Amino acid sequence: MDFDVIYILWLRQMKRYLRSRSRVLGAIGQPILFLLALGYGLGSVYKRAGQGNYIEFLVPGIIVQTLLFSGVFWGIQILFDKRFGYLKEMLVAPVSRTKVLLGNAIGGATISLFQAVMIFIISAALGFRPHNWALVPVAFIIAVVLSVTLTSFGAGIASMVEDFQGFQGINNFLIFPLFFLSSALYPLTNVPTWLRILSEINPLSYTVDALRYTLINQSHFGLGTDLLVIAAALIASMAFAVNRFNRIQV
Amino acid sequence: MKSNLVIEARDVVKTFGEIRAVDGISFEVKAGEIFAFLGPNGAGKSTTISMLTTMLRPTAGKLMLNRHDVTKEQASARKSFGIVFQDPALEEELSAYENMVIHAVLYRVPKKEQLPRIQTLLELVDLWGRKDSMVKTYSGGMRRRLEIARGLLHHPKILFLDEPTLGLDTQTRNLLWDYVQKLRDTEGMTIFFTTHYLDEAEEVADRIAIIDHGKIVATGTTKQLAKQTGTKTLEEAYLELTGRTVRDETSMSNNGLNVRTAARNRRLS
Repeated sequence: MDFDVIYILWLRQMKRYLRSRSRVLGAIGQPILFLLALGYGLGSVYKRAGQGNYIEFLVPGIIVQTLLFSGVFWGIQILFDKRFGYLKEMLVAPVSRTKVLLGNAIGGATISLFQAVMIFIISAALGFRPHNWALVPVAFIIAVVLSVTLTSFGAGIASMVEDFQGFQGINNFLIFPLFFLSSALYPLTNVPTWLRILSEINPLSYTVDALRYTLINQSHFGLGTDLLVIAAALIASMAFAVNRFNRIQV
Repeated sequence: MKSNLVIEARDVVKTFGEIRAVDGISFEVKAGEIFAFLGPNGAGKSTTISMLTTMLRPTAGKLMLNRHDVTKEQASARKSFGIVFQDPALEEELSAYENMVIHAVLYRVPKKEQLPRIQTLLELVDLWGRKDSMVKTYSGGMRRRLEIARGLLHHPKILFLDEPTLGLDTQTRNLLWDYVQKLRDTEGMTIFFTTHYLDEAEEVADRIAIIDHGKIVATGTTKQLAKQTGTKTLEEAYLELTGRTVRDETSMSNNGLNVRTAARNRRLS
């Protein structure tokens, strides 16, 4: 099924990424900042409120943040390809656009995952310990699914917008709210009802929750619900990306 | 439908808002022909190529490529052609060689033939010695040569060349056309190209179509066009058919499609 096409497009992404050191470092800078500033800045307050260790609570959220930002920002790559012509080269090739999309999205997902793993290692260096190491592979699989979901989403968005300003707008009105209105930074137990409702309709909350369950044995929704929402989000996001990508006119 | 036609356009229209970029054109190209598509800036050349190569959907009309309807059988149509785009479409962060390899895989060059062909073509365009340099370090001319080598890599049945020789020196232009003619002779490839160099069209094209204001104003061999207009050379015939006014181009979208603002030009001419 033309794995060579998917592979070569994946390889292109890898080569580009690994040749650009600033990208590697730049992409993990923001999550590290969040982890340090919030983790240490709010940690004592969190503890005094009787909620336990905030850094431990925060790490799954920061891993999701890494996947969210790098996955969706990766959509900019598609936008670059659109603006600077390379997308044409891929789109008129005698292979299905779905495969072109898949090769690119898997490339983007690999990069996001790589960054998330780096954040995990840095967190471990700061003292973070998973509750049960046996569940870490499960957490990894959840991260894989989320990275594919988010890069597909990013590719779908990039297929729809024409310029970087448009992408920036989507970023401000969609990505930041998705992140801040999820359970990534705070527990949903004591928040006002409106915020709880917003967080509960946000699919990202369920991924954070699933990672929290597998990494620190805390859960708000229950793993079963989490996995259902995660699967639904994956399917919806891929369907959206395939649909948009197949309609691109260049 | 005659079987030796590889490109057929019937009453093709493409509108962008109120502008009719392509306004009901019809033409045919036979297998093995070298066909030049000429016209002033913004006449509708690139829009036509975009539609022929499945990148844009026609507003109306029918386009057949190698007997496949380009709007209904995109996949089969795409298998039939190769294209050298007017605007650069290279991956700058990779080397020339890597660009070629990706193209070879995407465009289904048989595994065994990939490396020999890449070498032959990069040597032809004199880039073999720089094959491992990143494309971002290449000059404009080198990029152009690389794109041409890439467009020829999969020996397509139909090759679209959208102003392929723009910015190339005479030596490289000659090399390119020699190679293209050889491909036609040995593989029966059909060539559809646009250019602003009329001497080039006169020399290599079997037949020429001239498009202006989105309509085809003449089709034929150089001789036929000259006879039709009562002139001696292709250039004179071309100017006779399209006038001497300099055209404005307006970018219709962000993707390099340039379409004339019809109203303004009509006023000028």
